[in-house]
Amino acid sequence: MGLEAKLTQDGFITTTIDAIVAWARKSSVWPMPMGISCCAIEMIAAADPKYDIARFGSEVMRFTPRQCDLMIVAGTVTYKMAQVVRRIYDQMPDPKWVIAMGACTSSGGMYRSYNVVQGIDQFLPVDVYTAGCPPRPENLLNALMTIQEKISKTRARDFQDIIPQKLELINK
Amino acid sequence: MDIKDLVLQTLKENFTDSIIEITDFRNDLSITVKQEKLFELAKFLKENENLLFEMCKDVTAIDWATRKNRFTVVYHLYSFKLNFNLRLKSNLETEPYQIQSVTPIWQSANWYERETYDMYGIEFINHPDLRRMYMPEGFEYHPLRKDFPVLGIPESLPLPQKPE
Ligand code: SF4
Repeated sequence: MGLEAKLTQDGFITTTIDAIVAWARKSSVWPMPMGISCCAIEMIAAADPKYDIARFGSEVMRFTPRQCDLMIVAGTVTYKMAQVVRRIYDQMPDPKWVIAMGACTSSGGMYRSYNVVQGIDQFLPVDVYTAGCPPRPENLLNALMTIQEKISKTRARDFQDIIPQKLELINK
Repeated sequence: MDIKDLVLQTLKENFTDSIIEITDFRNDLSITVKQEKLFELAKFLKENENLLFEMCKDVTAIDWATRKNRFTVVYHLYSFKLNFNLRLKSNLETEPYQIQSVTPIWQSANWYERETYDMYGIEFINHPDLRRMYMPEGFEYHPLRKDFPVLGIPESLPLPQKPE
């Protein structure tokens, strides 16, 4: 099927580097499980055989930010924790994406209170918000598919202006 | 003799002047003590051979907002020997709100007192390490005080800058 048929027939395929890089990226989005509170349980459930996040190439939950492409912020972020979340985000290599999972991360949720950040988009660039308290695993998978769609549209030139910035940061 | 009577009698023999009020609601004995005598009485409760209140289960405070004695500090004690719970209370009358720390008596009170300090701003004199428990260091307010707004004070807690 597909690739194999093509290869056995002609022995080659034509595509662009951009397309093949995006395809590789979107098929192996490694998440950083930022499981801070109850939403993390549903994130874990998404990895189990019933929902099986491995179908999307994202089963490799890495507990080191250096090997991650996607941060799933699952849980209530307090002001104290915000510093930690941000530091871990900064340690992830580019390009990187963020899912705000659940009501708490998206808007503070039911914790309308002095210690909870009312939406992590105050200090992180969020790509996909997920509704629910907690969102069901299907919902998280849907968010992941949305991210994949977004990734498949990226082209190398999208990063053109970022690279000099990052180099500057590294040299600092 | 009933355990309650034993506790009360032993205390009354030694601390008649220090006890302000005794309430007993559904077998929940609670004793209000003068602020300056609390440490002495607590030590006595732990060390007296008939009582041996060896466990301090909780230290917390109440903010009465408008009352004259604004804060009440509350201690929950337990005696294994008697299988009996006792609540000690002490009203803090004037600013600065301070009370003797009971950490030298019960080590377990260490973090409870830090929490009470963090949330209510009550200072525990002679506490070995009186730092904030939950809120970040450098925070200037005490969130469980009644005059603290639920949503906090804007800009009082720092957030990282959002990247471009
Ligand atoms: S959104 Fe609900 S389930 Fe998720 S972290 Fe907040 S309270 Fe917990």
